[in-house]
Amino acid sequence: MCPSPLFLRANLRTMDKASVTQELTEIFEDVMDLDEVTLEDGTTANDIEEWDSLSHVRLIIAIERHYGIKFSNAEIESLKQFGDIVALVLTKAA
Amino acid sequence: MSDLSLGKLPWLRPVPSDFRARLKAIRASASEVGADATLADLAALLLYDLDIDKLTAADRVLTAAAPQATAASGLSRVRMALLSQATTDYIAPAIRASALRHGVLVDTYVPPYGQAMAEVMDPSSDLHAFAADIVLVAETAQSLGLTQSFIAPDDGRAAVDRAMATVRALVEGAPRGATVILQTIPLPADPWAGQMDRRAPGALAAQVAAVNAAMADLCDTHAAVLFDADALAALAGRSGWFDAALWQRAKQPFALEFVPLYGDKLAQVLRAIRGRSAKCLVLDLDNTCWGGIIGDDGVEGIAIGQGSATGEAYLALQQYALSLKARGVVLAVCSKNEEAAAKLPFEKHPDMALRLDDIAVFVANWTDKASNLAHIAKVLNIGIDALVFLDDNPAERERVRQMLPQVNVPEVSADPAGYPAAIAQGGYFETVGLSADDAQRAEQYRANAQRAVAMETIGDYDSYLASLDMVCTLAPFDRTGRTRIAQLINKSNQFNLTTRRYTEADVAAMETDPDIFTLQVRLTDKFGDNGMISVVIFRKGPEEWVCDTWLMSCRVLKRRVEEAALAVVAEAARAAGAKRLVGDYLPSPKNAMVSEHFAKLGFTEVGSIGEGGTRWALELSDIDAPDLPMSVTVHDTVPA
Repeated sequence: MCPSPLFLRANLRTMDKASVTQELTEIFEDVMDLDEVTLEDGTTANDIEEWDSLSHVRLIIAIERHYGIKFSNAEIESLKQFGDIVALVLTKAA
Repeated sequence: MSDLSLGKLPWLRPVPSDFRARLKAIRASASEVGADATLADLAALLLYDLDIDKLTAADRVLTAAAPQATAASGLSRVRMALLSQATTDYIAPAIRASALRHGVLVDTYVPPYGQAMAEVMDPSSDLHAFAADIVLVAETAQSLGLTQSFIAPDDGRAAVDRAMATVRALVEGAPRGATVILQTIPLPADPWAGQMDRRAPGALAAQVAAVNAAMADLCDTHAAVLFDADALAALAGRSGWFDAALWQRAKQPFALEFVPLYGDKLAQVLRAIRGRSAKCLVLDLDNTCWGGIIGDDGVEGIAIGQGSATGEAYLALQQYALSLKARGVVLAVCSKNEEAAAKLPFEKHPDMALRLDDIAVFVANWTDKASNLAHIAKVLNIGIDALVFLDDNPAERERVRQMLPQVNVPEVSADPAGYPAAIAQGGYFETVGLSADDAQRAEQYRANAQRAVAMETIGDYDSYLASLDMVCTLAPFDRTGRTRIAQLINKSNQFNLTTRRYTEADVAAMETDPDIFTLQVRLTDKFGDNGMISVVIFRKGPEEWVCDTWLMSCRVLKRRVEEAALAVVAEAARAAGAKRLVGDYLPSPKNAMVSEHFAKLGFTEVGSIGEGGTRWALELSDIDAPDLPMSVTVHDTVPA
């Protein structure tokens, strides 16, 4: 039996902006196959060559999988920069 | 919920934590070692259960090296066109990476989005110029217009006809000489008219089922190969297969978590088309074909057949092996056992489904399995990559993977109930056609197989042992170990020099007996703790220490644990002022495997004892400290 999502949530480590940024950076590196990326709130796909519409889809899926959450297409379309992703994760996974 | 429904490939090992570092190292050394070596290293790294991101990362290294690959790489090259009205951006890297896992190097061509049909129809298109030898026709329900249910059956049939007209045009228009792989359409997860869906021809589910059936017929008439995406969706779980939101935003026809599964299943088909599917299933015996150790438990003691859940699980594996044999897969046995003992269940146990004449090559000895597998391939005159090796023991699997990376070694848990699924889902015996001849093939191999005796030693065994990270701990008998020591003394039959049995009280008395030297030996390795695996008892004399008992679990054979034990005994004897060690081998019906135990340790035969027994001696001055591939910890050997 899988634990319920509620159970998973309850066991999540502290969800603050710094820790989410750190985790998202690791996911980002894994998805984009990059090392030592520095992501700031204002970072956009224009700043990183590997971050294109294709890899963005994989990024979103990887984030959903990591946090056990699901984004709607409306939420995904509202993401303009890295800081938006951090904020959305904090809202949905907290 | 099974691992498959989570998008995992459980017949592959879990991905190692240093995956990215290893991939990076392969990338960094690529220009130095050349394309063939790079692809070989990458193929080994692909034998783990990789998610879509890791497959995509591996594909980047693959596509950089592929143009320079030579025939010496041993890879089968395929030029493959992907025809789909959906996006292929996620599946293409996974197909290339998964194919390398199966020894196939794929070069892909994808027409611009939405242009597949146009390129098929235009003989001067890039598609036709690409000279594909394989064309994948991967339509979706959406692209074939299968999106709507109808009350009128005729409307449903018309939709099916329209869809098949498109499919037929794609198949017939594919570049000449190319093998077409035609992908079925997954049934919709969500119902239209509920339970009526299967019965109403106008229902979308019924339309899709009719299209899939027509696709199978089309494959028969056009010598195409069917790739059953519908079966794949069912395997993974239809409710998770199609992700509506993902389709709407990315035109990806199924959830990304199943891309590795899709890629591997398609790679299995490519491998079959190229005639490189495996041909022979090699089975370990103890705890793989039956529960228990035949050498210790005897024919009556092993678990096989109806009556116990465990016995049924092993029976199910045997029956699965026979079902493979029925379609031409050759069966072989590779077991660490005395040959006579290993054959007994096949000959005498009424519940065995497998019989000796089902087995083309039967190898039971104490040689390492990599050598034996190479031998089996040689006897059958097939490639090493045509072998699938099933073994419950993770150390044996790891050893074979290291020494013979070409052998297909499915990962299995300790529960035999999962063995048939691991072989079946691994797709090693994938086929693109079945014929009456298949049924004969296994028998032909068997008839041709000759039991060549010569064994070649493969690879460097010591470096394998070193890679096991073994820690051997030796200590005198004590209260804590007492029960297990008595158990081993009374249970071990095969690696047991004298087969002397002692009660737990006897063992307790030895703990404090100043005239007796005792050792209990534990071994851990990177696969886990093997627990207490050896017991040694020597009787001390002023000149000679005489071995009373020396036994070991067969699980840790050929790990050089005996040498570690001997070194400890020798040091203690030397410290006590003794001059030599003496040991007896007393034959029993089950301990033939240790008849040369003392000889292997450097002892000299000095006489005979009893019925067929031998006595051996070793001067302590002749013993050098061995260089062992393990870390050895010795606890105080003087009884308190």
